Amino acid sequence: MISNFPWLSRGLAVLRKDLRIEFRTRYAYSALLMFAITTLVTVSFSVGGFLAGPEMTDIAAALLWIILFFSAMAGLSRTFVQEEESGTVIALKMAAEPEPVYVGKYLFNVVLLFSLTVLVVPLFIVMLNLSVVLVGGFLATVFLGAMGLAGASTILAAIVAKAGAKGSLMTVLAFPILLPLLLGAISATRTALGGGSPEAINTDLLMLFFYNGVALAASLLLFEYVWNE
Amino acid sequence: MTWQIILGIWMSGVVIASFIYMPATQGLGEMGRIIVYHVPAAWIAVLAYLMAMVNSIHYLRKREIRFDRQAQVNAELGTIFCILATVTGAIWSKGAWGAYWNWDPRQTSIAVLLMIYAAYFVLRSAISDSDMRARLSAVYAVLAFLTVPFLVFIVPRVYYSLHPDLELVNLAERSFEMDRQMLVVFLASVFGFSGLYLWLYNIQKRFEILFYKKATMRRF
Repeated sequence: MISNFPWLSRGLAVLRKDLRIEFRTRYAYSALLMFAITTLVTVSFSVGGFLAGPEMTDIAAALLWIILFFSAMAGLSRTFVQEEESGTVIALKMAAEPEPVYVGKYLFNVVLLFSLTVLVVPLFIVMLNLSVVLVGGFLATVFLGAMGLAGASTILAAIVAKAGAKGSLMTVLAFPILLPLLLGAISATRTALGGGSPEAINTDLLMLFFYNGVALAASLLLFEYVWNE
Repeated sequence: MTWQIILGIWMSGVVIASFIYMPATQGLGEMGRIIVYHVPAAWIAVLAYLMAMVNSIHYLRKREIRFDRQAQVNAELGTIFCILATVTGAIWSKGAWGAYWNWDPRQTSIAVLLMIYAAYFVLRSAISDSDMRARLSAVYAVLAFLTVPFLVFIVPRVYYSLHPDLELVNLAERSFEMDRQMLVVFLASVFGFSGLYLWLYNIQKRFEILFYKKATMRRF
């Protein structure tokens, strides 16, 4: 079944390779996780006691996505930077076409972000004493938000790696592009935590879904120009 | 040289007319005069940014370095006019809404637009190889332009904008004579700004070509 989609089956091979490398060092995951935990503890320590009243959901939703955005920026550029550092780019270029490489790296970033959110989001809810009103909507928001973060960051990570992995370039490039996603995700999270009318979450989720689609399609079309010399 | 002198006289005429010939708008009052500067600046900014993206796509397809230079020049000019539109908008906002900046949806989207192109220039300055710079910044320009519809779609839906639309200013409860006087000055300003853009674009493009020639000559 999966062999009918060559991009996907080759992409899965790239994913397997990346996961194996990641399991050997666990560098990207540790960086991602430690960044998220550090920010989470700081946030909880400094504002956790003051979060009360009707504005609480607004602030909590914004804080959650600030934590996820900056942790993603800390870890997601590793996929391509690591290829450049170890000098395996040329071998990967010979082994696969640009699109399967993109699919593999994208799936790797999705796996990385999911394994982060699985730990961080429950911790966030516990440490800030939040109650999730719309459980399904909240899960869908986190799912689509993490997918979108990974989708738009993957091609930017490739650009940053080609540009010589200059320190904060990733955050600078990603912020304006990810802002529509973050605005939608914050708005949906606020609704899911009990602020505003529950129906409002549907349009936000639809927006997140389309953002994912556009980011993925545009990245697949443009990746070839970044990857090939 | 004649064209530059004509353009100078034309723009001076527009400035004088916007204060003397043009009547104060109803609703917006004397503050409404800023429409002669604010709207054309925003229009030129959008035009230049669109040209930057079109040139980026051309570069990716044809791989000719002149398209990259045209994209860069357009992005620079777009940013200058975008800053002008933001500043005139903020001045108007102080008079009409009471604060220079209050994150009205229009202000949010123009701020993000400026940030996108600021990131574009940061990316360009980070890469020294000219072919690599052209390729990566072209990809970024196309990618960034695709997020603009989301901002246009989501931001006004989440928050209600107070920004007046053009037809609202022009047509609501106004006599024909006032409309026509205002429209004449406004259109003259749009023509003047477009001429200014073409002139600046021409100078900047010639400068970039000379700069590139000098850089390649030094290498050999």
